[in-house]
Amino acid sequence: MSESVVPKIKREAKGVEESILKRKKPSLRFPIRSLANVRYLEKEGYFEIRGRKKERTLTVNTVKTFAQTLRMMALSKTLVETDDIATKREAYYVSKNWDEARFLEQTESDTVMDDVEALFEVNREQLGFVPEEKGGDVAGNLIVIDKDPNTGKTIQIDCTKFGSGAYSIPISVEDLGFETKAKFILVIETAGMFQRLVKHGYWKTANCVLVSMGGVPTRACRRFIRRLADVKKIPVYVFVDGDPYGISNIYRTFKVGSGNAAHINEFFCVPQARFLGITPQDIIDYKLPTHPLKEVDVKRAKDALKNDPFFLHHKEWAKAIEHLVSMGVRAEQQALAAHGLNYVIDKYLPQKIAHPEKFLP
Amino acid sequence: MAQPQLKRIARKEKFGRVGKKAAPKPVVRLTAHDLAARQREISVSEFFTKNRHLLGFDSPAKALLTTVKEAVDNALDACEEAGILPDLVIEIGEISETRYRVSVQDNGPGIVKAQIPKIFGQLLYGSKFHTLRQARGQQGIGISAAGMYGQLTTGKPIRIVSKTGPTKPAHEFEIQIDTKRNQPVVVSDRERDWKDVDPSSGEKGEIAHGTRVELEIEATYKKGRHSVDGYVEQTAIANPHARVAYTAPDGERREYPRVAEHLPRAPLEIKPHPHGIELGILLKMLHETKARNIGSFLHTEFSRVSSPVAEEIAKAAGLSPSMSPHKAAREQAEALYTAIQAAKLMAPQSNVLSPIGEELLLEGLRKQVTADFYAATSRSPAVYRGNPFLVEAALAYGGGHLPADELMTLLRFANRVPLLYQQSACAVTKSVVQTTWKTYGIQQARGALPSAPMVLMVHIASVWVPFTSESKEAVASYPEIMKEIRLALQDVGRKLGLYIRRGLREADAEKKRSYIEKYIPHIGIALQEILGIDDKRKEKVCATLKDTLERSRKNE
Repeated sequence: MSESVVPKIKREAKGVEESILKRKKPSLRFPIRSLANVRYLEKEGYFEIRGRKKERTLTVNTVKTFAQTLRMMALSKTLVETDDIATKREAYYVSKNWDEARFLEQTESDTVMDDVEALFEVNREQLGFVPEEKGGDVAGNLIVIDKDPNTGKTIQIDCTKFGSGAYSIPISVEDLGFETKAKFILVIETAGMFQRLVKHGYWKTANCVLVSMGGVPTRACRRFIRRLADVKKIPVYVFVDGDPYGISNIYRTFKVGSGNAAHINEFFCVPQARFLGITPQDIIDYKLPTHPLKEVDVKRAKDALKNDPFFLHHKEWAKAIEHLVSMGVRAEQQALAAHGLNYVIDKYLPQKIAHPEKFLP
Repeated sequence: MAQPQLKRIARKEKFGRVGKKAAPKPVVRLTAHDLAARQREISVSEFFTKNRHLLGFDSPAKALLTTVKEAVDNALDACEEAGILPDLVIEIGEISETRYRVSVQDNGPGIVKAQIPKIFGQLLYGSKFHTLRQARGQQGIGISAAGMYGQLTTGKPIRIVSKTGPTKPAHEFEIQIDTKRNQPVVVSDRERDWKDVDPSSGEKGEIAHGTRVELEIEATYKKGRHSVDGYVEQTAIANPHARVAYTAPDGERREYPRVAEHLPRAPLEIKPHPHGIELGILLKMLHETKARNIGSFLHTEFSRVSSPVAEEIAKAAGLSPSMSPHKAAREQAEALYTAIQAAKLMAPQSNVLSPIGEELLLEGLRKQVTADFYAATSRSPAVYRGNPFLVEAALAYGGGHLPADELMTLLRFANRVPLLYQQSACAVTKSVVQTTWKTYGIQQARGALPSAPMVLMVHIASVWVPFTSESKEAVASYPEIMKEIRLALQDVGRKLGLYIRRGLREADAEKKRSYIEKYIPHIGIALQEILGIDDKRKEKVCATLKDTLERSRKNE
C-alpha cells in the first residue's frame, strides 16, 4: 500500500515506448471494474477483484484516450514526486493546458483517473489525486489522535466536545490514532437522524461513537471506521433506510466494497459491520408508515438478487430482499417519528441493540 | 349579363320574407308540369360559374396563379406545336390590393382571326380534347374559364392581340362570354399595328408573330413557393427550351434564360387504345364514327387493332363485322366492350411521348438550385389503362444554400406543368413518402417527406395525365404510375446514396487522419515527462508511431 507508485508508472511508460520503437502498437491492460469481475471472500469479508482485464491497444480510434491516459500518468508522477495533491476537479482543469488532449467534462477525466488507479492497483490518493467530498461526520466517545499540519505536533481531538456539531473525517486517515472506551460504532445513513441522536446525547446514554455517512460512504469514511474498529476491536452497526438503495448500495458498499473500486476493496471495506435496520421485518414489527417501491427500487433489488455476489452468498439477505419486494414498500429511518420524535432513542435503538445477534450479516 | 339572375334572387328573397308573421301555409304540391317549367338545360359556363373551385379559382390567391398558368400553358403548347422556341413575357400589375392585371405574351404562330372568339370565349372549345397527345392543356376549359372569372369579378372582358405573320395585320379583340349559352360575345374587334417589347431581344419593335392575352381579375398576390413566383420558376426548370421574362406585381423583374437551344421532340398524336376506354365513350364513338362497319370502326378509331383482330373482336362479341356501328344496340355495344377487354392486344405505342431527358433535367435544376450534387433519371414509357406515360426524376442535394434540417422540397410536374396545390393527394407525394430514403443515407420520419437539404423534382408525361380534379393539381394514384414513380425515385436515390456514403467515408478518413496528427504529440510529451527522454528521442517515438498508425489505417 505504501510502495511508491512512481516506479510502476515508469515501468508502464517504458513498455509503451519500447513497443512504439519496435513498430508495434502499444497496449495497456486494465482490470475490469464491475461486479461481474469480483468474488466475495467470506473469511476476509470483502469483494476481491478477479483476474479479468481489458486491453486497450493504441489504434487510430483510441489514440485520444491513450494520449490522455499517458498524460494523466505523467501528472500523477509529478504530484507524487513533488509531494503535492490535486482534487479530481483540479486535475480536470490541469488538462485544459493539454490543447487538443484536454478533457471537455470532468466525468471524462474522472474515468481516465479511475482507469489509471485500477491499472496500478492503488488508491487514488497514492497517485496524488484526492476527492472533493469530505469523509463523514463523527460524534461521541472517541479521541482522534492527529498531527498539526503546520507544526507536526501531536494533537488530540475529543469527539465529545463538538457540542451540536461534529468532527469531520479527513481525506487521509491512514496515520490517525484512536482512544475510546465506546461499546460500538453506530453508522447512520442520513444527516437528519445523526443530528437527532447528537442533540439528545445518544452517544452518552449508549456509550458509542456516531458516524454520519450522508448516503453512499466515501472511501475515507469506510477506511476510518475500518481502522477504528480494527484497532479498538469494537463492533460496527449500520442504521440505514429500509429500501433497496440503503441495503444494496449503501450497506453492501460499506461492508464489502464496490465493483467499480474492486482493486482496493481490501482496504476500503468494513467486514465486521452488521445491519441494525431498518429491516423489512422492522416495517411489520414497528408498524412503520411506508411508501410504495418505485420501479427503479424493484429493478435494483432484483439486480442484487441476481448478480451481487454478497447477496448471493447470504441466504438471509436474499430472503429479506425478497420479503421487501413482495411487500412492495419501503420505509425511511425517519418513519419511526410516526410513533413520537424520540421513539427511535427511547425504544427502537435500545430494543435493537439488546440483541445484536439478530442483526442481518 | 348577370342581371336576370340578380332579379331572380331578389324575387326569391321577397317571397321568403312573407312567411314570417303569416300563419303556416298549406304545402302546395307541384305538378309535373310545374316542375317541367323549371327544368332547363344548364350550360357548361353556368355550371362552372357556380363551381369555380373545380377549375382552380377557389381563392383569390389561387385565382391569380391559375390565370397565369392557363395562359402560359396555352402559350407554350402553341409555340411547341409550331416548332418555335418559346419566348414568354409574363407581367402582373397591381391595380389595387384585390385587383390585378395579368398579361402573357408569346412568340407563337398566332391565332387565325375567326378562331379567336371561340378559343377565348367558349368553354370546352379547343384542339386538345379530341386527341390523345402529350400536351399541357387537355380540355379547352382553362383560358376561357380565366376570362369568365375576370368577367365575373371585375366586369372586364378578356383582351387578345394576335398576329400570324410579319406581313399580316395584328388583330385586337375584347371578348366576353355569354354564360347562359356558352357563346363568345365580341365586345370590340380591330386591326392594329403591334409594336411591343420583343421577348427575344427585350427591345420595343414590330412583333412578327405571336399572341398576347390580357385579363383583369380579382385576386391577391402572395410571395413564396405556392405563388405565381414559384410557378414561373418551376416552369423554367421543366421547360429548359423556353426563355421567360417575368414581372411580379411588386415590380421585381426576373429573367429565366433558355438552357436548351432546341425544341423537345414533338409528341405524336395517337388514337385511343381499346383497353383504356369506358363503355360510355365506346357508345359515343359508335354513334359518331364515320366508319361504315364495326370492323373498320375498330380498326380506324383505335390504335393497335388490325383488321383481322377487329374481326376477331366482333365475332367474340357475337356481332357481324359488317354491321353498321350506328345500328349497334346498347346490349350489343356492351358485348363489344367485353370482347375488347378480353382481346389480346399489343401495348400502345410508347414513342409518342416527349420526355425532358436526363441532361436537360440536370441543366434546368442546376440553373435554379445551387447544390453540391445533382442526379436525374428518365424512365422508359409504360402504360396505364391503355395510355402510355413515362416518369422522370431529378434531385439536387447539399451545399450551403438548401436548409439542412427541414423537410425536402418536392416539385411535381405533369406534362412540364408545375403542380403547386394538393401536394398530399398526389401520387407523386405518396410515392416519395413510401420510398425508404434511409437506405440512401437520408433521414425520414414515418409517413413524411425526407428531411434533407434536397430539392426533388418528378415529371410525369402522358398522352392523358389522370388528374384527381379538373383544376389539375394532383395526379391520381394508379398502381402502374405509382410503380414507375417509385422506380424513378429509387434510381436517383441510389445515385444520391453513393454520393452521400462516399462523402461520409471521406469525412471519416479525414477525421482519423487529423486524430493521428492531433494526439500523437501528446503521447510524446507524456512519455518525455515520465521517462525524461530527450527531444530527439521524443521526435523519433512520435514519427515511428505516426508511421505505424498511418500504415494500419490504410490496411483497415
